[in-house]
Amino acid sequence: MNDRIPALCGLTVVELVRLLDRGEVSSTEITRAYLNCIRERDLQIHAFLEVFEEEALAGAAMADQRRAEKRTLSALDGIPVAIKDNMVMKGHLCSCASKMLADFRSPYTSTVVAKLQAAGMPILGRLNMDEFAMGSSTENSAMGVTRNPWNLEYVPGGSSGGSAAAVAAGMTPVALGSDTGGSIRQPASFCGVVGVKPAYGTVSRYGLVAFASSLDQIGPLCKTAADAALVMNVIAGYDAHDATSDGALQANFTTDIKKGSAPLFGLCFGLPKECFGQGLQEEVKDALLHAAQRLKALGAEVKEVSVPSLPYALSAYYVISSAEASSNLARFDGVRYGYRAKEYADLDELYRKSRQEAFGMEVKRRVMLGTFALSSGYQDQYYLKAQQVRELLRYDVAQALTDCAALLSPVAPTPAYRLGEKTADPMEMYLGDIYTVPANITGLPAVSLPCGLSSSGLPIGMSLMGARDSLPTLMGAAACYEQSEKVNAGLHPYDFTEGSERK
Amino acid sequence: MKLGYEMVIGLETHVELHTRSKIFCSCLNAFGAEPNTYVCPVCMGLPGALPVFNEQVLRYAAMAGMALNCHVHHRSRFDRKNYFYPDLPKAYQISQFYRPLCENGFLIVQTSGGEKRIGITRIHMEEDAGKLLHDEKNGTALDMNRCGVPLIEIVSEPDIRSAEEAVCYLRKLRAILTYTGVSDCKMNEGSLRCDVNLSIHKPGEPFGTRTEMKNLNSFQSVEKAIEAEFERQVAAVEAGETVVQETRRFDQKSGKTTSMRRKENSADYRYFPDPDLPEIYLTDEDMTALREKIPPLPDERRERYMKEYSVSAYAAELLTAERWLADYFERGAAKAESPVALANLILGEVFAQLTARDTQHTGERDESSLPISPEHLAKLSDLMNSGKVNSSTGKKILGALFQEDCDPERYAQEHELFTVSDDRVLNAAVEKVLAANPDMVVSYKAGKLTVEKALMGKAMAETKGKADPERLRRLLLDSIARL
Repeated sequence: MNDRIPALCGLTVVELVRLLDRGEVSSTEITRAYLNCIRERDLQIHAFLEVFEEEALAGAAMADQRRAEKRTLSALDGIPVAIKDNMVMKGHLCSCASKMLADFRSPYTSTVVAKLQAAGMPILGRLNMDEFAMGSSTENSAMGVTRNPWNLEYVPGGSSGGSAAAVAAGMTPVALGSDTGGSIRQPASFCGVVGVKPAYGTVSRYGLVAFASSLDQIGPLCKTAADAALVMNVIAGYDAHDATSDGALQANFTTDIKKGSAPLFGLCFGLPKECFGQGLQEEVKDALLHAAQRLKALGAEVKEVSVPSLPYALSAYYVISSAEASSNLARFDGVRYGYRAKEYADLDELYRKSRQEAFGMEVKRRVMLGTFALSSGYQDQYYLKAQQVRELLRYDVAQALTDCAALLSPVAPTPAYRLGEKTADPMEMYLGDIYTVPANITGLPAVSLPCGLSSSGLPIGMSLMGARDSLPTLMGAAACYEQSEKVNAGLHPYDFTEGSERK
Repeated sequence: MKLGYEMVIGLETHVELHTRSKIFCSCLNAFGAEPNTYVCPVCMGLPGALPVFNEQVLRYAAMAGMALNCHVHHRSRFDRKNYFYPDLPKAYQISQFYRPLCENGFLIVQTSGGEKRIGITRIHMEEDAGKLLHDEKNGTALDMNRCGVPLIEIVSEPDIRSAEEAVCYLRKLRAILTYTGVSDCKMNEGSLRCDVNLSIHKPGEPFGTRTEMKNLNSFQSVEKAIEAEFERQVAAVEAGETVVQETRRFDQKSGKTTSMRRKENSADYRYFPDPDLPEIYLTDEDMTALREKIPPLPDERRERYMKEYSVSAYAAELLTAERWLADYFERGAAKAESPVALANLILGEVFAQLTARDTQHTGERDESSLPISPEHLAKLSDLMNSGKVNSSTGKKILGALFQEDCDPERYAQEHELFTVSDDRVLNAAVEKVLAANPDMVVSYKAGKLTVEKALMGKAMAETKGKADPERLRRLLLDSIARL
């Protein structure tokens, strides 16, 4: 079947842009190629909840016309993109992979989608996720699981599992995800792609269905860091509709990508010792230490640092994110839109039954956890204590970053696990977020990029986290890393050039 | 103080701020539109929508705080108050709990018992909820126009000891806020709503358990509700019952309060800082600029009217109770030969006509209900005061001005309404009346002096009501004496 998947689907955004600019390929051809790929592969993978075929092709045709008339809207005009199903788009469903919003059609468009549209990027469709972005494996989707393109028996990670799987499988060159505790970076690492969690405030959250408002951030998933930088140029920027957006974080994200023999000379990477202790799988640790050596070879300095409060980050994260979620998800009450129970005796029962019937287990667990953490009498012990940890962690990370450009750590303690392996034990699932939550709690930017394969042939990811304004540097370093010796070459589950599957 | 009990009252007053747009979105903040026309994803609480704070709300709230002698904090913050109700689209209200904008204020009221200081605990900003419209046929519908209308909640100390004090407090609050220009405080439109917290005790003993009566929307219902609830609590305590902490509803018709819900079952609001909204910050410069924007407040104006215009304390209090009225009076007084006469005209005949014209009995007045320019009213007042038109003609002219505002002098001229004081004209009228009513003259001469009034009326009618009444009366009596 794969001979019908054209080589276009294996190309990076940078390569596609070059072809478009040279007039060697049209946006329509590119878009059609990806749509074909979706048709071929998504039956198995199930990354897409809906494909906007006609709309995407119409968008591509307009992009081609603009290009012919030399009035392209952006560097990415005509490059298709797919979005996680928690970003609203006028006239389209936005389900958050929940029964609650299965039929919710948004009357308005999120800022980030408006920016994609303004850049001329055809939107391929909506991507699967854990319900309301709560989860780390996309198994909490009410719309069915998404499978890891590297091995269909494995999870793609989550909550942006659809986004990561779609990029890895060549079904879209770019996907947007959202990251509240690792939901872009962890699936990126499980699927062997690059995932970027920008600093809090870089990308507008207006129109992103809120999970935990103080932690949520939208970012791109792509094949390479250089691709992600191009996408960041499109989606970053101040938005008057989001009071937490920060225009100072807008930058040209492609400028720091350097070449040469020692492109990382002068940069120091800190290895937090707290990230390399118990719970970290040996081959992940080896891959990370190997990556550290490679960074050194590129001219960087690598040293051990300490972030003493790091072990408390996970607990603080689950308290804060659940507390905010319990409030954010309260609006889904069956009254004005979304799921409403068929039978109810009174208002209270309408609320109770609608929520009982339409929310999945994990969402209920978090809502209950968060409601408890905010209850009077318990708030000091949980919510306020978690906020104190947050302050402490901010301080500790800032200290560790005083003489380092970035902290280098694993993205997750293990590579992707088998479907169903961790669904029985939510605590074990939560522990998988241990390395990613610090970036959300501190609001700092972090990049996840592939740094090797496990013995079972699954991707391993590494994380770079830096100061608030460091994303261009992080992406530059990531781009140098991936370009050096073409370390990531061949890190695809499919061999697109041969037109045949690797495995 | 019935049976030695004293009532202890604290008021929570919700005031809608008169901003152009809503508190967290750019929808118009307006009353009376078609349901669900002034709405957007933000105020409807749609998935993904985010609030952005309208800074005008901050300015107005801070000015209200300053006008009410509060400490206005440089830093404050919004919190979420979480509860489920169909009129609350996000299932939380964005309010201020932990760090309100204003604290520790007071206002001074004049009651029949003299001057009284009532403390203000705090003033915080919040968003209003929508309105549920109940309909027998179609069930309950939701109008979200009011969702996101900016409110301040003003919480008083439990310093109030009578229904009169409560009403004085509310009137003063309304005067100060309308002066400051932050709200129109129309109780009938719900832009000023009041919750009453009331308990009883005997002086020297600790306060009793309080009950709360919510959303009282007229001064009269506040007064009646307080009296009814006081009676009820006294009766309960005297009967050996305990007062339970609860929310009670005041029924206008029966004049009684009834239990709505017990407070111990009430929701835990789980307040926490709203992560969508950054901390609010007012600089010293902001504070100074806002303080400068606060116009002279009612007390200051009252003093000035007494001094500058020699208006009585009573009249000055009434004239300053509402800003539009005080503004109106000042503009007129600047033109009037006698500001005292103008004040009397306003508080007398103008108020009477306003009441007569208020066919809906809303008791609400504003500048739109008085369509006469203050300059014209001042001129009318002068015409009446100097006797150029007599008082009954003056009233007629006033009525005409209510219909269509114009220069009263020209109106009097065109309609020949000036006082007739020409003795020849007046004498002719007197003679005519006396000749036509000889029997009345006889009974007057026989000692029935009340007949004078009837004869005056007839003579006045002969002049079409335009005679100088004093002169006419003198001529009439002189003529009768000569007969």
